[in-house]
Amino acid sequence: MKDISEIRADFPILGRKVYGKPLVYFDNGATTQKPQCVLDAVDEVYRTYNGNIHRGVHYLSDMSSEAYENARENVRSFLNAEKREEVIFTSGTTGSINGIAFSFGERYINSGDEIILTCLEHHANIVPWQMMCERKGASLKVIPVNDNGEIILEEYYKLLSVRTKLVSVTQASNALGTVLPLKEIISAAHSQNVPVLIDGAQGIQHGIVDLQTMDCDFYVFSGHKIYGPNGIGILYGKEKWLTELPPFQGGGDMVDKVTFEKITYNELPFKFEAGTMNYPAAIGLASALDYVSSIGREDIAKREKELLAYANERLSAIKEVIIFGKSDKKISTISFHIKDIHQYDTGMILDKMGIAVRTGTHCAQPIMDRYGIDGTVRASMCFYNTKEEIDILAEGIEKVKSMFA
Amino acid sequence: MTIKEVQDNIIEEFSLFDDWMDKYNLLIDLGKELPVIDPKFKVKDFLIEGCQSKVWLHPDYDGKQITFTADSDAIITRGIVALLIKVLSNRSPDEIIATDLYFIDKIGLRQNLSPTRSNGLLSMVRQMKLYAMAYNAKNK
Repeated sequence: MKDISEIRADFPILGRKVYGKPLVYFDNGATTQKPQCVLDAVDEVYRTYNGNIHRGVHYLSDMSSEAYENARENVRSFLNAEKREEVIFTSGTTGSINGIAFSFGERYINSGDEIILTCLEHHANIVPWQMMCERKGASLKVIPVNDNGEIILEEYYKLLSVRTKLVSVTQASNALGTVLPLKEIISAAHSQNVPVLIDGAQGIQHGIVDLQTMDCDFYVFSGHKIYGPNGIGILYGKEKWLTELPPFQGGGDMVDKVTFEKITYNELPFKFEAGTMNYPAAIGLASALDYVSSIGREDIAKREKELLAYANERLSAIKEVIIFGKSDKKISTISFHIKDIHQYDTGMILDKMGIAVRTGTHCAQPIMDRYGIDGTVRASMCFYNTKEEIDILAEGIEKVKSMFA
Repeated sequence: MTIKEVQDNIIEEFSLFDDWMDKYNLLIDLGKELPVIDPKFKVKDFLIEGCQSKVWLHPDYDGKQITFTADSDAIITRGIVALLIKVLSNRSPDEIIATDLYFIDKIGLRQNLSPTRSNGLLSMVRQMKLYAMAYNAKNK
């Protein structure tokens, strides 16, 4: 693996200062920073070969279309999906889940049906299902968590029934960091012929995702959380589902034949890609995935595990710090409170020390309610962070304590 | 003092500090001086909920002036609440409606009143003006 100074040099923004202090970026769960190669890839599209994809007869359009389709193949290979037709570009995780919730709802959901989620979901994996349930007269069932922030599998097994039409769970909790037991979740659902959607927004960037081994039916993630550009995301679906599901958006490129009386849809994957897709961002995403592969996904996971262990050690040593989410299996995210100090106060002082954390409910109010709190401070780390930065965070927490004592 | 004078005094007070931590320490102290809101008003009717912090705001109108009392669950927010109360409390509805709150920007706390921050402060300012408009309408 490259050494840490070389890695950090790949990300221009990590060298900047805020309020005159070196930036300590611990908000990777919200969005990650971009390596130079991603910036270059997007820049190159606009500078040298920008032309709308799949439409032109001209040279630039061909070049853009080819780069876009290569990006799709790149994503397929990164995920080890079986076919490139199973990889749909979207605007992001939220766009992907909204799309599937709509299409799946239209095709399969009737009054009285149930969708199973967990208490750890981000609002992006709650609200689209709620909207669909309201339309269809269906309802949500929620897998509870224990005090460590781990889902209780026995409760999940009890919730699975003939009414269950889909299970939609996160790979890892954005608010607490807990990694979910996907193998158990997926195999139990499949034993009853229930498909499973995995929200990979907080999972894809932290280790190897092999969809043929995982065997989920749908997998979604956002480009910007894996060092790629904003405005691009992935919806993977097994071919048999994507063939059966109706499109969730209509427009250009997704149709085969259009008359005012009738339309026939284009083949996969284009059936789900209406209108001009964000092809420069797709091309940038492919570059980000190449970058991640070049660093090595196992090495990234190993490094992040070390960072998490060190952060746990440093923060647990401060007796006023209360950590939420104590599972053994976590991504490198640590969610905490300082006793008697509001998370917003903590966040504002840390900000002025150059430390970027997120405060609040992290768009995951159900899990905050589970703990009876109205938010936490979240430090979400990734492989380009350092132990020295964790030391700065620990010093920051001491400073906060002294100011609000 | 006029509203303008109060705002100018605040700007002067903050100008003594270059360091952010000193400015925040001042806000923390100001928060401690905030007149305590009657606990019976710390209820849903007077709650302005933000995603980051909560603010409670209670108006009391004597026919001439509105007296505001308020609180927040976050101390720095409470400090800014205290500043807003200093400027806008014990004023007539007309004065409150007409006030341009320029001091927030001048003391470098503009981000705290940005619509994306969602800490209850921007809504608090709006709510103070709404109360003023409502009392004005009642008078007419």
